[in-house]
Amino acid sequence: MTDATANAPARSLFTEDARTKKRNRAEARFRAYGLAAVIVGLLALVMLLVSILSNGMSAFRQTFLTIPVELTEARLDPQGNRDPAEMAAVTTFGYLPVLAQSYIDHVESLGIEHDLSPQAMAAMISGEAPAQLRSLVLEDPSLVGQTVTLRVLVSGRIDGFFKGRVTMASAERDANVTPEQLQLAQALAEVGVIETRFNWSFVTAPDASGQRPEAAGLGVAILGSFYMMLVVLVLSLPIGVAASIYLEEFAPKNRLTDLIEVNISNLAAVPSIVFGILGLAIFINFAGLPQSAPIVGGLVLTLMTLPTIIIATRASLRAVPPSIREAALGVGASKMQAVFHHVLPLAAPGILTGTIIGLAQALGETAPLLLIGMVAFVRDYPAAPPEGLFDPASALPVQVYQWTQRSDPAFVERASGAIIVLLVFLIVMNAIAVLLRRRFERRW
Amino acid sequence: MNDMRMTERGVDSKNIKMKARKVQVFYGTNHAIKDVDVDIEDKTVTAFIGPSGCGKSTFLRCLNRMNDTIDICRVEGEITLDGEDIYDRKVDPVQLRAKVGMVFQKPNPFPKSIYDNVAYGPRIHGLARGKAELDEIVEKSLRRAAIWNEVKDRLDAPGTGLSGGQQQRLCIARAIATGPEVLLMDEPCSALDPIATAQVEELIDELRERFSVVIVTHSMQQAARVSQKTAFFHLGNLVEYGETSKIFTNPDDPRTESYITGRIG
Ligand SMILES: Nc1ncnc2c1ncn2[C@@H]1O[C@H](COP(=O)(O)OP(=O)(O)O)[C@@H](O)[C@H]1O
Ligand SMILES: [Mg+2]
Repeated sequence: MTDATANAPARSLFTEDARTKKRNRAEARFRAYGLAAVIVGLLALVMLLVSILSNGMSAFRQTFLTIPVELTEARLDPQGNRDPAEMAAVTTFGYLPVLAQSYIDHVESLGIEHDLSPQAMAAMISGEAPAQLRSLVLEDPSLVGQTVTLRVLVSGRIDGFFKGRVTMASAERDANVTPEQLQLAQALAEVGVIETRFNWSFVTAPDASGQRPEAAGLGVAILGSFYMMLVVLVLSLPIGVAASIYLEEFAPKNRLTDLIEVNISNLAAVPSIVFGILGLAIFINFAGLPQSAPIVGGLVLTLMTLPTIIIATRASLRAVPPSIREAALGVGASKMQAVFHHVLPLAAPGILTGTIIGLAQALGETAPLLLIGMVAFVRDYPAAPPEGLFDPASALPVQVYQWTQRSDPAFVERASGAIIVLLVFLIVMNAIAVLLRRRFERRW
Repeated sequence: MNDMRMTERGVDSKNIKMKARKVQVFYGTNHAIKDVDVDIEDKTVTAFIGPSGCGKSTFLRCLNRMNDTIDICRVEGEITLDGEDIYDRKVDPVQLRAKVGMVFQKPNPFPKSIYDNVAYGPRIHGLARGKAELDEIVEKSLRRAAIWNEVKDRLDAPGTGLSGGQQQRLCIARAIATGPEVLLMDEPCSALDPIATAQVEELIDELRERFSVVIVTHSMQQAARVSQKTAFFHLGNLVEYGETSKIFTNPDDPRTESYITGRIG
């Protein structure tokens, strides 16, 4: 041992030579860069999520006022014969005083002191509330003359007060709300007449006008997006899979198919707004399909999704080992039988994953929808498919865009809430894709 | 090619099942098979030997037109099965492949159950009327492939879960389930251990009772053990074809002799 160290002291394994030191330093530097990059990415993601969640979670909660409402016959059914057709002649303007009066009376009966005018009192209730009361009464005319306990939305400013968006100080400067109204709301909250609770109608209700942020919901947008996804799925999956199978398994390899191949890859990189212009020109101006309809949105998104699906499908077809094809051909299967009986089932998980990822992309796409008029303000739910595909509808990402354009700060919260809904859908879809991949990965 | 006279020698009273005349195969410009004439006898094991890359697989795949699936591959000359030209326009390769089955170098069972692996061929060719008949075909094929006893209790288990040797016998069962007349095997034992190899070789010897078997092998011992006729390929040429015993003991061509004695590899 002593001999060996004496013979080659410079070569000892216990001391690093200059080259090794340099190499190790370079490696350490590289690791630090990589780690830094990952941390920056994660921080950005966390900041995004924190900002969206902190802004948007409150959209799922809403402030309600619960009061007994006396449905006076004199106002709601002047003829007194409970005929729904005649009662329909009374508009929401007829219901507003009923509601306001009940509210004023209830506050008085609770013995809460305030010096608000009846108009100021009525302004604390959402513009949506009379409509809610009206549809309740028209549904069940026998309620007229009775007193029902009703839970109605309060105005967006009062709601904002309980969510911390509106303060006494900001109310001083705000034409839409006064500190006195807030004080009354505070007093009512203390006795439980006003409370903030979970609000399903944010997900189910249609959009509302810019004056009624408290009533705005995502119902029509979700339905519109769902219809579009349906169209995309029904069109792009069979077309994409058929095209891929043909190109991968049957098409001769020549200049033409090479050209097609290159173009499909390029198509996947075309900016989405270009597809919107194409859709406007072809589906609306040329084919005469209606604007703002999910069918047009679906068609445009299909064009966008097709390349994604084709690329994914071809990749998964190529991943099936050729020995499977040979085995099938060897026992006398035709080419088509070999593909459909053996290759396609093995490629299916990959195809489905590609399809789901394509759909998720399409779900979040906004730009092409703006061009085909999906930005319209739509309050009516589209009918059930297939007719409903031609009814005007909105779409989730467009709804986000629209809400961010509105002046009332209450819409900031709703836009963030809509983003949360969109993200939940995307996460669910991606999770399904991951699950499918795990479940069926490489069974051969 | 005066060696070709040799091919006439040693042909006894057995029927000629497949006949190849002046077969040329090109991969693009690569002339892979040159002027090959062979007669494959019925109920005989014929071995193709030769150094790697000499065209054994290529020629074998001509016999059931598997080369059709390769775009750049072009076959010329005449190959007949029972006197019918298999490259005739009217011949559908699908029908041909039901008659001329194939077993590949690497065991390639379908990722399906053992039962479905064997039943697939009969199903697509409509060979069975009803489940009972199909069961019978499956059992018979698995028995002939000498694997029935090992798998009869787990026919629903995936075929890919078997050992390599079992998988290869399953592939043989699958190939004989369609009732072929000729069975082509491309180095069927090259991925198997010695015990599995012995089992497959034994099986090949039994299969000879019903089929004409053509086997490509790089192992000369294997060719000597299982075959009655041997064809030696070299650089795309059929150098020598005749009785196995003759080829291995007293070859006519010096190239055959050097290969047998290990001088060409
Ligand atoms: N699919 C193919 N495409 C192009 N050339 C091929 C292909 N298969 C085989 N060849 C060529 O044909 C020749 C014979 O190959 P092969 O029949 O596989 O030889 P062996 O089976 O005797 O080892 C080789 O030169 C090989 O490069
Ligand atoms: Mg080979």
